[in-house]
Amino acid sequence: MYKILLRQDLVPGIHLFKVAAPAVAKKAQPGQFVVVRIDEKGERIPLTIADWDEGGGSVTIVFMEVGTTTARLALLEAGDAIADFVGPLGLPAHIEKFGTVVCVAGGVGAAPIAPIARALKSAGNKIISILGARSQDLLFWEDKLRSVSDQLIVTTDDGTYGRQGVVTEPLKELLESSEKVDRVIAIGPSIMMKFCAKTTEPFGVKTIVSLNPIMVDGTGMCGCCRVSVGGVTKFACVDGPDFDGHQVDWDLLFARQRIYLDEEKCSFEQWQRSIRLEESST
Amino acid sequence: MAKLNLNRVEMPRQDPKVRGKNFNEVALGYSLKQAKEEASRCILCPRRGCVEGCPVEIDIPGFIKAIGDGDMPEAVRILKSKNSLPGICGRVCPQETQCEATCSLAKKGAPIAIGRLERFVADWERANMPSSSSPPAQPTPNAKQVAVVGSGPAGLTVAADLANLGHSVTIFEALHVAGGVLMYGIPEFRLPKEIVQAEVDYVASLGVKIELDSVVGKIVTVDEVLNNGYQAVFLGTGAGLPMFMNIPGENLNGIYSANEFLTRVNLMKAYCFPEYDTPVKVGRRVAVIGGGNVAMDSARCALRLGADEVYIVYRRSEVEMPARREEVENAKEEGIQFKLLTNPKQFLGDEQNWVVGAECYEMELGEPDDSGRRRPVVKPGSEFTMDVDEVVVALGTRPNPLVASTTAGLETTRWGTVVADEETGKTVKDKVWAGGDIVTGAATVISAMGAGKHAAADIDEYLRG
Repeated sequence: MYKILLRQDLVPGIHLFKVAAPAVAKKAQPGQFVVVRIDEKGERIPLTIADWDEGGGSVTIVFMEVGTTTARLALLEAGDAIADFVGPLGLPAHIEKFGTVVCVAGGVGAAPIAPIARALKSAGNKIISILGARSQDLLFWEDKLRSVSDQLIVTTDDGTYGRQGVVTEPLKELLESSEKVDRVIAIGPSIMMKFCAKTTEPFGVKTIVSLNPIMVDGTGMCGCCRVSVGGVTKFACVDGPDFDGHQVDWDLLFARQRIYLDEEKCSFEQWQRSIRLEESST
Repeated sequence: MAKLNLNRVEMPRQDPKVRGKNFNEVALGYSLKQAKEEASRCILCPRRGCVEGCPVEIDIPGFIKAIGDGDMPEAVRILKSKNSLPGICGRVCPQETQCEATCSLAKKGAPIAIGRLERFVADWERANMPSSSSPPAQPTPNAKQVAVVGSGPAGLTVAADLANLGHSVTIFEALHVAGGVLMYGIPEFRLPKEIVQAEVDYVASLGVKIELDSVVGKIVTVDEVLNNGYQAVFLGTGAGLPMFMNIPGENLNGIYSANEFLTRVNLMKAYCFPEYDTPVKVGRRVAVIGGGNVAMDSARCALRLGADEVYIVYRRSEVEMPARREEVENAKEEGIQFKLLTNPKQFLGDEQNWVVGAECYEMELGEPDDSGRRRPVVKPGSEFTMDVDEVVVALGTRPNPLVASTTAGLETTRWGTVVADEETGKTVKDKVWAGGDIVTGAATVISAMGAGKHAAADIDEYLRG
C-alpha cells in the first residue's frame, strides 16, 4: 500500500496527491508516469508524474476527475492509502540544450509540464511557457511555471484571466515573431496537442506531445496503448509517452480513446448509485 | 493378478452447454475413490518412463502408489519434494507429450492419468492439510541473497527451491499480484486464481519475499540489484510482448492482442464488470486469430463473456495446431467454430474506427517449413470477408525487452530471447541466470519450471562454491 502524505485541491475537479513511494521517487524523471490502482476491484490507470522528492521519498501526482477511478481517487484523504503505485514508467522526456523552448500546457497538463520545463531550464534553454485553461477558476500552478520560465503567457477561453483565447494563438504569434523557437512541448487534452502540432507544422519546429491513450499494465505487455506515429505502430507506455506531434495519427488516438465510452458511463452510474446507497444508509 | 485395465477413469467436467456461460473451472477433479481406482492401474514398472518424461523429475510411481495405499500425506510429501506448484501443473502441464507419453501403458492403451492424479493430490492437500503442516524453512543465519525477477512459473520454482536450500530470496514482480502468466494469461475456468494464489502463498511461506509493483529495468536495474547486496539474480520475466500481424486495420477499435484481452478478463476480472472497474468489449461475432493454447483460451473467454459466434481463424490445418488436443476438444464442445486454412489479409472498419470485418485468404499447405510443419500458402483470388465485431490476435509473444535493454553484458538473440546455458540457465553475465520463456520464447509452464529447477541447483552450487 502507498500512503497519501498530502492532498491539495488545486481547482474544482483537479487534485494533487503526494504519495509515499521512495523507490519510485529515487528513479523518477520528467515526462514519466505511474500506473495507479486504488484497490482490489480498481482498474489500472496511468498518471503522469508532476513532481518528486527523493529525500522525502514521495511522488506527486495531479489528476482530473474524469471517470470512476479518478472520482473514487478524489474521495481519498491524506493518511489513506492506494493499493498500487507502479513506476516510474515510460521514457523520460528528452532534455538537452535546444535554445528556445516553448512549453504549452492546457488544463491539467500544467502539472506534467512543470518538471519538464524545470529540467529544460536547468539544461540552459530559454523557456517561454503558455498556460491555458477554460476559465480563471481552473488555472493552477501559474507561479510554479513562472518560476521556471523566462516568459509566461496565460490564456483563458472566456477571458476571465490573462489573455482571452486558446493557447495556439500566442503560440502562432511566437512562431511568427523574431523569436527563434527551437522546440515546442505541448501537454494537455489530446485535441489541444493536435492543434499545437498543426500550428507549428508549417514552421517546421519540432513539437513533442505527451500522449495519453488507455493503458492496462503500462509495461509493454498488452498493446492497449498502441498509437501510430509516422505510420508505425508504437506502444505509448514503453516507446513514449512523448512523440513527435507532427507524426502522430491523431484521429486514431481520438478513436481509441473512445473505445470504452459506454462502459465508462455504465461504471460511473453504477458507482454513483452505490455512493447514494451508502449515503442513504448512514 | 487382475487384468490390466486399459481405460483411464474419466474426470467429471461441467457440461459444455452450462460451462460456456460461466467462468467456473471446467474440469471438476477426481473423488478419492476415482483417484484410487486410477492409481490402481499403475503397474509400478521398473522402467519408470514417466519420471524420465517429467521436466522436474517427480517420483511419479511413488506418489501414485501412496494414493493407492490411501496415504495421502505421503503422496503430498513426494509430490512437493520436487514440485512446489502441483495444483498448477496438474491442470496446465501437457502431460500427454511428457510423463504420460512415456508411460508403459501408453503402448497398449490409455496411459495413467498422471496429471489428474497430481491435481487430485494438490487439491486434497489444500482441502485437508493446514498450511502450517508444511514447515516453513527459514534462511540460515549467513544466508546468501538471491533476487528473482518475475513471479511466473520459472521464478516461483527458482525461489522455492533456493529457499528450501536455505537461501534468502526476494522476487520482484511488475504486476500487482504474483504468478505472472498463471494470473494474467490462463483463464479462471482452466486454472482458478485461488489455486495460483494458494501456491504463491506456499512459496512465500518458505520465507520468499515478494515485492509487487516492481518493474525491474525501471524502478531498479539488475546491476543495482547486484550492487545492493544480492549475490545472484535469476531472470524469469517470460515472453510478455504481444506480436501483431502488421496488416491494415489492426489498430481498429475492437481488435485486441490476446495479452490485453486475457489480462483484462483474468487479471483485472473484467468478466465481473462493473463490480470490478476494468471493462472489456463483449463482441457478438468474435474472430480469434491463431491456433495455440492462448487462442483457445481467448475464444473460450469470448464465448463466456456472451459472444454469439466465436471463430478460431488459423492459417494451417487442425493437425498443425500447437494447442493441446484437450483444449481444442473443449473449445469444440463449447461451440467454438474453426475456420482452418484461413488467414486475415486486412481488417475492415466503419467510420467510427470500429472493426466490422476481417478480409481473409483461403490457404493451402505446401512444402514443410523450418518448423517441420507444412507451410501455408495463399490461394490466389480466394479472398472473402467474415463479419466480425471483435478480433483477438493470438499469434504468440516475445520477451519484453525492458530487462535485457537495461542490463549491460547480457547476450540476446534476434528474437529478443536471452542467451543462457541449456543445462544451468547461466547467462554470459556474471552472477546472472535466466530461464523460462525469456530464454526459450513462448513455451509451457512446466518447461519454465524445469529451467527454474536447473538454475536453482546451479545458483546453489555457485553460492556454496
